[in-house]
Amino acid sequence: MEAAAEPGNLAGVQHIILVLSGKGGVGKSTISTQLALALRHAGKKVGILDVDLCGPSIPRMLQSQGRAVHQCDSGWVPVFVDQEQSVSLMSVGFLLEKPDEAVVWRGPKKNALIKQFVSDVAWGELDYLVVDTPPGTSDEHMATVEALRPYRPLGALVVTTPQECTSIFSSGGGEELARHAGVPFLGSVPLDPELTRSLEEGRDFIQEFPKSPAFPALTSIAQKILDATPACLS
Amino acid sequence: MEEVPHDCPGADSAQAGRGASCQGCPNQRLCASGAGAAPDPAIEEIKEKMKTVKHKILVLSGKGGVGKSTFSAHLAHGLAEDENTQIALLDIDICGPSIPKIMGLEGEQYVEDNLGVMSVGFLLSSPDDAVIWRGPKKNGMIKQFLRDVDWGEVDYLIVDTPPGTSDEHLSVVQYLATAHIDGAVIITTPQEVSLQDVRKEINFCHKVKLPIIGVVENMSGFICPKCKKESQIFPPTTGGAEVMCQDLKVPLLGKVPLDPRIGKSCDKGQSFLVDAPDSPATSAYRSIIQRIQEFCNLHPSKAEQLISS
Repeated sequence: MEAAAEPGNLAGVQHIILVLSGKGGVGKSTISTQLALALRHAGKKVGILDVDLCGPSIPRMLQSQGRAVHQCDSGWVPVFVDQEQSVSLMSVGFLLEKPDEAVVWRGPKKNALIKQFVSDVAWGELDYLVVDTPPGTSDEHMATVEALRPYRPLGALVVTTPQECTSIFSSGGGEELARHAGVPFLGSVPLDPELTRSLEEGRDFIQEFPKSPAFPALTSIAQKILDATPACLS
Repeated sequence: MEEVPHDCPGADSAQAGRGASCQGCPNQRLCASGAGAAPDPAIEEIKEKMKTVKHKILVLSGKGGVGKSTFSAHLAHGLAEDENTQIALLDIDICGPSIPKIMGLEGEQYVEDNLGVMSVGFLLSSPDDAVIWRGPKKNGMIKQFLRDVDWGEVDYLIVDTPPGTSDEHLSVVQYLATAHIDGAVIITTPQEVSLQDVRKEINFCHKVKLPIIGVVENMSGFICPKCKKESQIFPPTTGGAEVMCQDLKVPLLGKVPLDPRIGKSCDKGQSFLVDAPDSPATSAYRSIIQRIQEFCNLHPSKAEQLISS
């Protein structure tokens, strides 16, 4: 299937958000998932594209491991993670025969798959597409940005921890970084073992734990994104 | 899924460029032409350079943020406490080199007389510069590190890697293959989201025939310094590293609890083992380091075997 065959697959997507971090393990997939759920609770249709080929975490976080991926005329059909079909997901995790199989690919092959992922998934009409990336600044990121460039992504969400080394872990570092870089600081999410547990078990954290300290933080971040993206009637 | 490329047969395999899985790969023509078949001369050169390096340990994880660099740094610090041992720490995390910061180095390369460090972090003009390189360029840098750095007489070379199973990992294993790697230490946290990736890493090791020294479970419980009560910030919902190690029959080297002072020591570039000698995390580190030394001594390199025979 040629990458250029279906230029229209992203035409129905209103806004694209890239979730990044230089450092691994800071919570990109967690934030991507929670952001998607928060936007869904605000009545939006959301897609999640998981381009972490070596460590695809999102299927498990949405209790969708092992789901089959089907083809249609326009390309791959993303997996719906909920009954109402308001959240759809595409991840290399769905394409592995065995979940413990390592994807040991060099750059060029990863780039080829990412191009396919970006252009060959039949997303349909979406308000938001959240693109979760692996840690670092390398092949996957360049391939993703290049493939998304024609569609003018909304912007990037950079996830960090407070420690200087990316920094139980201290506080204030992310805000400092945002100030230093002259970009808006969207919020801090406190560590909550319930959030971790929810993700491990693929449950809807936002629905189940409105009393968690992480809940107001996550919903506030989602609200800032909703406020920054006026409904586009293109 | 026929459209999804299955495992690449390898640029140097007889199937290179010709296999069913090569269809659509941008390198197909190059591989089919046989360009990948000739062994890289650097491999022999690196083998020569590595003759003076007794033990080589790779620190891996599938997952990011589990504490590989923290562990590598403290493994280096711990081993270097013996003044008669020469330690070298190589940071091949080209996109996110943490080692210079954790070791408190801004350009100098020697932490102690017997502990030297090499990292791409030293080559950046500013610590905030992003290194946005594609695979082939990263491989070139790793080759240079291994071949062109004058390592000298080293008892332990510790290689800190980025998360994942990609160019850097393949390259370092390929380049060091003929020079004998003692084994890999794999780092995880108790969470299933981490174990998921670590199982893949273990499979990677099996695939490339890299011996596994063992697994370290990091951030394993938090003991409050005031009330001494233990909490599980990252609950082992699927049994943690212990169950995974039993299932996959790999040794569990130890569990390191979360101590907020570890992060602080790293931010200051100091050895946590020295900063907090009484911490349960320090005892955990020391016991793990000892087990790693025992493994290395039980499995001497060919060079050592020749010398002692």
